[in-house]
Amino acid sequence: MVFLFYFLSAIMVISALLVVFSKSPINNVIYLIICFIAMAGHYILLNAQFLAVVHIIVYTGAIMVLFLFVVMLLNLNKAIIPQKSAAARVLAVVTGGIFFLVLLAATRQTFVINPRYAFTSEIGLVANVGKTLFHEFLLPFEISSVLFISAMVGAVMFGKRDHAAGED
Amino acid sequence: MDWTLYIYKTIFLFIILLVTLVVAMYSTYGERKVAAFMQDRRGPNRAGPFGLLQPLADGVKMFMKEEIIPLSANRVLFILGPAIAMTTALLTGVVIPWGGTLTIGGREFSMQIADLNIGILYVFAMVSIGVYGIMIGGWASNNKYALYGSIRAASQMISYELAMGMAIVALVVTTGSLSLHEIVQQQHGMHWNVFYQPLGFLLFLTCAFAETNRAPFDLPECETELVGGYHTEYSSMKLGFYLFAEYINMFISSAVIATVYFGGYNMPFIDQLGLSPNALTLLGTAFFFMKIFFFIFLFMWVRWTLPRFRYDQLMNLGWKGLIPLAMFNIVATGVYYYFFELT
Repeated sequence: MVFLFYFLSAIMVISALLVVFSKSPINNVIYLIICFIAMAGHYILLNAQFLAVVHIIVYTGAIMVLFLFVVMLLNLNKAIIPQKSAAARVLAVVTGGIFFLVLLAATRQTFVINPRYAFTSEIGLVANVGKTLFHEFLLPFEISSVLFISAMVGAVMFGKRDHAAGED
Repeated sequence: MDWTLYIYKTIFLFIILLVTLVVAMYSTYGERKVAAFMQDRRGPNRAGPFGLLQPLADGVKMFMKEEIIPLSANRVLFILGPAIAMTTALLTGVVIPWGGTLTIGGREFSMQIADLNIGILYVFAMVSIGVYGIMIGGWASNNKYALYGSIRAASQMISYELAMGMAIVALVVTTGSLSLHEIVQQQHGMHWNVFYQPLGFLLFLTCAFAETNRAPFDLPECETELVGGYHTEYSSMKLGFYLFAEYINMFISSAVIATVYFGGYNMPFIDQLGLSPNALTLLGTAFFFMKIFFFIFLFMWVRWTLPRFRYDQLMNLGWKGLIPLAMFNIVATGVYYYFFELT
């Protein structure tokens, strides 16, 4: 189990770094997919099978397909990142590093994790997740579904307006 | 450590792998025979008796052909494409319960490799990853027809996945479980889910046709418009892998349909036969395979009967036909269980 944890973590960290450092957009997307699959592996190690599978279906199977779709349609094969001068790059690294330091200092104390439930190996199974979601967190859950509906309606509206403009 | 179990699972895994490959291989033969029958021809009959060695001859041909990777193609992704298509096609078989339990030497062995408690979602996840094989292969070819084919495949699969998922939701409301093992056990005798979810079954079947890229939904490889679709640039065994993955997908989706809607390895009157449990298990497995072969035949029957859809018709059917029907199915199922089957 410990070996698997380190193995998956290594895959995740390496692929996540490659997402940032790789030049070609299509490779970025593929490394991100690998990263997500490794993350699903972590969920399985925590015995959260439902979360793992939903993660694969939603992120790997739907969202990343759309990413890949866009990259393919726009045919972004070559890197088209504008090159900055050396001074600008050094400054960017320094300010980014300082910002990271500030964030770390500010949030170091806030991430004290007080789990609502003690961790058991059963907690991630689908029955337990469902019961928690639909008893205790029913209102937030339903409100988030309203958010999704509004996003969907918004997407349809955008599509419609383009269509009408094209016909005129 | 329970080594007997590990050894059993390993052997069983290889058996399932072999069975999947052999069934997929002979599906190609079956497809040509069925096509020949529908078109009043004889079909393959030269290699071996009744042409039974034809799949082997095809396999050898595929391996011996010259292998060409286009100069402008992305080499790594070009090879990765068929590999992903094949792997994801083979991965699904591990959660399907191929039979009941066998008792060997006083120990019980389940004829299922992994009984995940989210089995049906696992199938769904593998289906949704399967699209990458086609997308990456089509893009890496650096050919506009291949790209069109892969984009069609991707948008088609995303659209039909939704309706498929909703059909499964209604089924899960009926069964109350996501584990394929439990779903099969609930359908003991003749309590097949198809009688409780007829609309869900039709939706699932239609979406299965679309997800496997079979006619009438085979637009990604529509030769009148796109040359060869996403595998235009592929040759030799890489093309073979793509074609083969399609047949494996067909076999696996037939198995899934037979499992979730047609009782899996259950057969009617199984309690009245009075056979030993082991014999019943094997009989059940045989019956399960008969169901699978029927669905494979159905896939072929439809392919050689119906013409291909036009692309906008395909999208209209998916988004305006199947998804509203699937939503209605969920609501109807929910209402029924809320008002009439309070447990």
